[in-house]
Amino acid sequence: MQELIKKFTYEGKGAMTRKKTTMQKRESRAAWLFLAPSLAGITLFILIPFGDVVRRSFYEAMGGKFAGVANYITVFNNGAFQLAAKNTSRFILTCIPLLLAISLFLSVLVMGQRKLGDFFKSSFLIPMAVPVASIVLLWDIIFDKNGLLNRMILMSGHQPVDWMNTSKAFYVLVFSYLWKNTGYDMVLWLAGLSGIAPALYEAASIDGAGAWKKFRYITLPGLLPTAFTLFVLSLINSFKVFREAYLIAGSYPDNSIYMLQHLFNNWFVTLDIQKMCAAAIIVAVILLLFILIVRRYSGVREEDL
Amino acid sequence: MKAKSFLSLGLLLIIVLLIWGPLWMMVTGSFMGAQEINEMIGPVFGNEDKMAGWHLIPRFPTLKPYVELLLDSPNFFVMFWNSCRQVFPGLIGQLFIAVPAAWSFARYSFKGKKPLFILYIVLMIMPFQVTMVSSYLVLDKFRLLNTDFALILPNIFSAFPVFIMEKFFKAIPGSLIEAAKIDGAGELKIFMHIGIPMGASGIVSAMVLGFLEAWNGIEQPLTFLKDRALWPLSLYLPEISKEKLGAAMVASVIAMMPAILIFLYGQKYIEQGIAASGIKE
Repeated sequence: MQELIKKFTYEGKGAMTRKKTTMQKRESRAAWLFLAPSLAGITLFILIPFGDVVRRSFYEAMGGKFAGVANYITVFNNGAFQLAAKNTSRFILTCIPLLLAISLFLSVLVMGQRKLGDFFKSSFLIPMAVPVASIVLLWDIIFDKNGLLNRMILMSGHQPVDWMNTSKAFYVLVFSYLWKNTGYDMVLWLAGLSGIAPALYEAASIDGAGAWKKFRYITLPGLLPTAFTLFVLSLINSFKVFREAYLIAGSYPDNSIYMLQHLFNNWFVTLDIQKMCAAAIIVAVILLLFILIVRRYSGVREEDL
Repeated sequence: MKAKSFLSLGLLLIIVLLIWGPLWMMVTGSFMGAQEINEMIGPVFGNEDKMAGWHLIPRFPTLKPYVELLLDSPNFFVMFWNSCRQVFPGLIGQLFIAVPAAWSFARYSFKGKKPLFILYIVLMIMPFQVTMVSSYLVLDKFRLLNTDFALILPNIFSAFPVFIMEKFFKAIPGSLIEAAKIDGAGELKIFMHIGIPMGASGIVSAMVLGFLEAWNGIEQPLTFLKDRALWPLSLYLPEISKEKLGAAMVASVIAMMPAILIFLYGQKYIEQGIAASGIKE
């Protein structure tokens, strides 16, 4: 049966490269019809306006004169942009390795739990469903100067810390991000882990490999494609941490958690469209380059993306 | 070996406590009377020298905060309804736009398919910061700012559900479709009678993930809705928290309910959807 299906699909592919029959024409027409509404919407709502953004980033706000890279230079020299870019990069570079390591570690632990595995998986996933707005009040209660965490710190005989209004706010944000995203990443790790053939582990056991060796030489290499995926998804999610930052601290938070989104919002209020256009393109380009570089060095094969 | 698995169990339990702890606090807090809650967390919001505390179980459990919020805060209902109005039409729209698009990418080969699909992936990756200016410009042009459509339309054309559902449609065995073709079924018929039922779990996954995302949305309403009367629950919640602590607790719990219910009902689909979001083809 398997063979038959294979033969079937192969023949289908072979025919595709041969002459275009009426059947193929019909199929290709159907494909475009199915795609048309989505493509039209994306063109109208994203591609054309984004083209406009690219154009505007090279023009002056008033009079519409060509400005070359003047807007870009303004943005790069802007102190708020430098701060926001620095904080966002620092956040990403801190959180993503932490998240990947912690969620992998917990996944391996959860894999080992036969009976309670599902309970743990659900528990780690739940924060994904909890609206940021609901959790903010709790974070206030826990991390405030007079909050529960400080109470515990006091009881253990240490000096309390003002978590929210000092540079420590960064760590509150890191914690929020880990709290929310560990479950998501764990599901992906678990999917990756279950894709590794058990026979490999058995063979290694016979050869006398210990738990660490097995992890190092079987699990880690087997998870490489998953790791790249997880990196990209965690990167996407890291930009959403603005929600916590904004809800905890408002439009002008402590300097350590002033993120790109804060900057965009503040420029937005003053309708600094030119600056925003240039900054949007800078962020997009840097992000894509970052992903491509990581992809190159993580040894992911061509068909993985 | 035994000791090891015991250790890992203990470790997991401790970490899980970090998740259940705050949720437990939220639920128990919502059943505390005004006096108790003020005593517990008043120090956080006042400038007192006392520290906040917590009773693991409310001393005097009461439903009064619920009654108060539901009866005395018409605002809350308005915001709840705003959230519903802004989230669900977008999801329904995705059904009509993203499902066929995903089907097209999964089942057909046509010229330009690969670059187009890469375009969708890139759009999916781009954070809101990158697209907000362009969204603003186009919404302004169509005079949609400050309306529900400012949130609904961009959501309908989101690339994420297309990406997720494509994986599920791709997993449908080709032989099934060939067989239908031999029986003389047209393209639309195959889509309706094989694609949609066989890819249903993918569609549900995308919808559930899309719901969680939209229900929690902060950036979009903050940017595109100036009129506070249109604000969804997610923006309104932090506003009440400082005035009425009891009501804020209850409001947090109620705002969480739809998402938690959908989570409990759809956890299987969420997991499948997340696994499918693995970019590996």
